[in-house]
This record gives sequence, C-alpha cells and structure tokens, in this order.
Amino acid sequence: MSEPHARPPAHASFNRRGFLGAAAAGAGVGVVGTAVAATAEAPTPAKSADPRAPRVVSFTVNGQRREIAVDPRASLLDTLRDRLGLTGTKKGCDHGQCGACTVLVDGRRVLSCLTFAVMAEGAEITTVEGLAAADGDLHPMQQAFIDHDAFQCGYCTPGQILSAIACVEEGHAGTDGEIREYMSGNLCRCAAYPNIVAAVRQGRDKMGEA
Amino acid sequence: MLPFAYERAESADGAVRLASGVAADAPASADAHVRFIAGGTNVTDYMRLGVMRPERLVDVNPLTERLGAIRLDEAGLHLGALVRMAEAEDHEGIARDYPVIADTLRLAATRQIRNMASLGGNVLQRTRCDYFRKTSFPCNKREPGSGCAALEGVNRRHALLGTSERCIAAYAGDFAQALIALDAEVTVTGPSGERRLPFADLHREPGERPEVETVLGPADLIVGFRIPAGPWTRRSRYVKVRDRESYQFAVTAAAVALDLDGESVRDVRIALGGVATVPWRARAAEDLLKGRRLDEAAAREAAEAAFEGAVPRGQNGFKVPLGKETVVRALLETMAMKV
Repeated sequence: MSEPHARPPAHASFNRRGFLGAAAAGAGVGVVGTAVAATAEAPTPAKSADPRAPRVVSFTVNGQRREIAVDPRASLLDTLRDRLGLTGTKKGCDHGQCGACTVLVDGRRVLSCLTFAVMAEGAEITTVEGLAAADGDLHPMQQAFIDHDAFQCGYCTPGQILSAIACVEEGHAGTDGEIREYMSGNLCRCAAYPNIVAAVRQGRDKMGEA
Repeated sequence: MLPFAYERAESADGAVRLASGVAADAPASADAHVRFIAGGTNVTDYMRLGVMRPERLVDVNPLTERLGAIRLDEAGLHLGALVRMAEAEDHEGIARDYPVIADTLRLAATRQIRNMASLGGNVLQRTRCDYFRKTSFPCNKREPGSGCAALEGVNRRHALLGTSERCIAAYAGDFAQALIALDAEVTVTGPSGERRLPFADLHREPGERPEVETVLGPADLIVGFRIPAGPWTRRSRYVKVRDRESYQFAVTAAAVALDLDGESVRDVRIALGGVATVPWRARAAEDLLKGRRLDEAAAREAAEAAFEGAVPRGQNGFKVPLGKETVVRALLETMAMKV
C-alpha cells in the first residue's frame, strides 16, 4: 500500500492548486483531489495478459517508499504529478526538449517526461519538494535562485534548480561558460539566463561550504 | 499512445527471447512490433508522437551491470552498449586517448539526455526529419510507399550524401561519426547467437527501402562496441557546426583522426555528420591526404573530395560549402592538437 503523503493534503491550506481543483469539482468536471486519489490507489497484480492492465512499481520519492499501480504508458512525470500529488515537477514540452520535468534519479538528473514510470522500479527519486530541510531551511541552490531573482514566471524553476544541483555535483559548474553549456537542457522562456548563471555560481559556492 | 506489453529483461539472452516471436522475420523499421528500450530518450518521444507503435517494449536496463562497462587496454577501447553517454563523456581515459569520442558525446543533446541515453541506443537513434516526425505527412521511412515530403519541402537540414529519390533524411547522431572514423566494431546478440560486424556495415542507405535503417533484425540487441587502438586516436577531434551554440543537432560536422609524421600525413580518418543519410566515412578525402604534407591547400582539396557526389535539394545547398569549411577546420584543428 502507498505510504502517507509527506506534504499536507491539498485541502489543508488554501493555495492556487487546491482552489482550481475545488473549482473544477464544483463545476461538475469530476476532478478528484490528486492527494486523495494517490493514497486510495490499491496495487494490482504485476502480470496480466492485457497490456493495459496496471503494473505495480515501487520506488523511493524524497526518501519515502512508494508502491503504486500504473498504466505502463504513464510517464514518471505524470505519475509524480497526478498520482502522487507532487506537482512541483513541471510539464513543459513532454518531449524531452525543455527540461522543466528534470528530477534526480539515483543522483543523476534525468527527464521524467521521457521515463516510463514502470522503468523506475527500485529507483531513488528526488523532486523539488525533497530539497528543503525538515525545518524548512531551503537548499542552498533554492536560496541562490531567490537571492538572484533567477526567474520571472517560475515555471521552469524546479527543473532549473534540480539540474543546477546535479551540474554542481557532476563538477560541471566551474566557469560561467561551463554552467551555460551544462545547463543548456533547461530552457527559460522568460530568458532569466544571466540571473540563473549567477544563482548557479552562488549555489555552487554555498554547496561547497556545506 | 497505443497500449504495449512491458517486459523487463533479466539477461541478454532473455532480452532476445522476449523480443523474438513477434514478427521475427520483419526488418527493424519504424513500425516494428517490438522494441528494446534503454534510456528511452528516442523511443519514448517517437511513441508519444505515434511514429513508433510497438506492441511490446523490452526494458534492457536491468542488464546495465553486464553491459555497462568501459574497458581501456593496449588493444583498444571496449564500450558496453548500456554505458550512458555521460559516463563515457566523463571518462578520463577516453578524453585522453580517444578525444573524438568524448567530443561527439559532449557536444550532443543535453546532460539530462546524456545521463539517460545508452551508447547502443544512441547509434540507433532515428532521424529528426520533420516529415518523419509528423504523422500527418507522407514519409517513405515511416509509411513505406507513401512518398517523401522532404524532396520538395522544407529540406534545409536534410542530407546531401547517400540519398535516394525515396528519402533524404539525415542521420542525426554524432557518436557514430567517431565510431565509423575509428573503424569500430559492433557486437550484436540475436536469435542465432552473438556476432561481430564492422560499425560501417551497421547502417543501410535508404535506397529503395528507407524504412530499413540497419542490418539488425527486430530481436537483435547491440551489446557493445570495440574501438581498436591506433597511432591516430589521440590526435582526433570532432567539429560540429550548429544553428545555436548548444543543444542542437549538427548542420554539418566532421570527425577527424590523424597520424602525423612531422607535417605529413601517415594516416587519416574523416567522417561527416549532419550531411548524410547514414554515418559517413569520407574515404576519397582520406586517400588524397595520405603521404602528403597537411596544410590548408591540401585540406581544401580533401574537403572538395569529401563532397564530390553531393546532391543538394533546394534549401540545403548551403551545406556543401559549409560542410567543406567544416572539414578544413577539423583537419587543421586536429593537426594543431598537442598530444
């Protein structure tokens, strides 16, 4: 069975997503709160003659073990967002071209839109929700993006931050040129690039101090 | 996306067994009924576009421990098929002894994609021809006999070499250019056991059947590559010209490996990216340079030879002079390398 959620259910606090979900349900569209749907999901048998039958996959997300039955066609991105309620990971292009869906899988930055969830069996996944400390202290890279105003609309930001953390850990954030090259998989349509480079630089230095 | 049966392979033989039995005699074409999946960066994308519609997907990632090794010795370099692009890119021995390989990997895609994509899958990546990618257009490669929309269409990025009247889609990869330049071999396991073939024999020019891109059957699995050592591997380089500085496919590219005796060429290998339908070795250009002093004039002659027989189609004519300049630059930059 699924573990309880790390973050409070959407209805516990008033936010944009909770409001939109409630509004949609009120309009008769029948959207169920994603957090509720995920916990209520019961895994079904792994083997079946019908290829559309859900398959059980288990992995760890932000330190929490998850077991969930998924359609084999479901991307890891959709599974994180729609089934596990972790909507911090964003869907941009859904074709591996924009980087908004970047998450860490076993410590490596990958594109969750190009990953079938069934292929993440046994993986350790980190999303933007898993970066801050339990006491709410932000990851140095999150703080750096705030300090340098490294976004405008913010949609690409979770992917940028995860990509930046991995970029530093890979040792590919040595110079501004290297940061630009190794961050080229994360597009920012607001073109906050100079601020993003400055943020990665600060995040790199602070991560080194930690 | 159409439903598919998802299978996880626990061994290479198991992978082949799982892939066998589904139209075993059919060529591995766009609509193959069964597909191996490793990084998934190409297959997932094309499945979402409806270009690939496999009934069965065989996940070979559990074989990473067996097929994920990089081995470097006096005989050469061995790369397991499930080595990820980023792993080979970061390998110090490869950067030192086979820089052209490191170049082709580093200059491809993005770090996220290179973390995912396997080397075996990389060489089999499908063309980026927009008409192949969009199911609303005719495309002989995707739907045999439907016609080629690129011949008279938007073909600025299409191939000049190895084309046919049925297909002018360019081969998109970079790593394959290093492999073909360095006389790599590819090891394949399939229903009739394991076999080794020259990398240069893996891909097929489109000819009358653009849907058949390689000599592999649908249940054939690439297990690794062997790149023989040679005095030319350290002085080697990949020059890639793109529409933007990063994260873009080659408009033109050249892989060069040089063995010099002073300023004269003892041996040279040249491969061309972005301009041909398959990984492309420019042997005529190589022959012209062997035994000669390498200077700009000689490099220009070689570049002319490399593009002899090029067939421009409307918008891609600019690639002929640009491709020649790319070869000249790659040769001169490789010559200037400190090794």
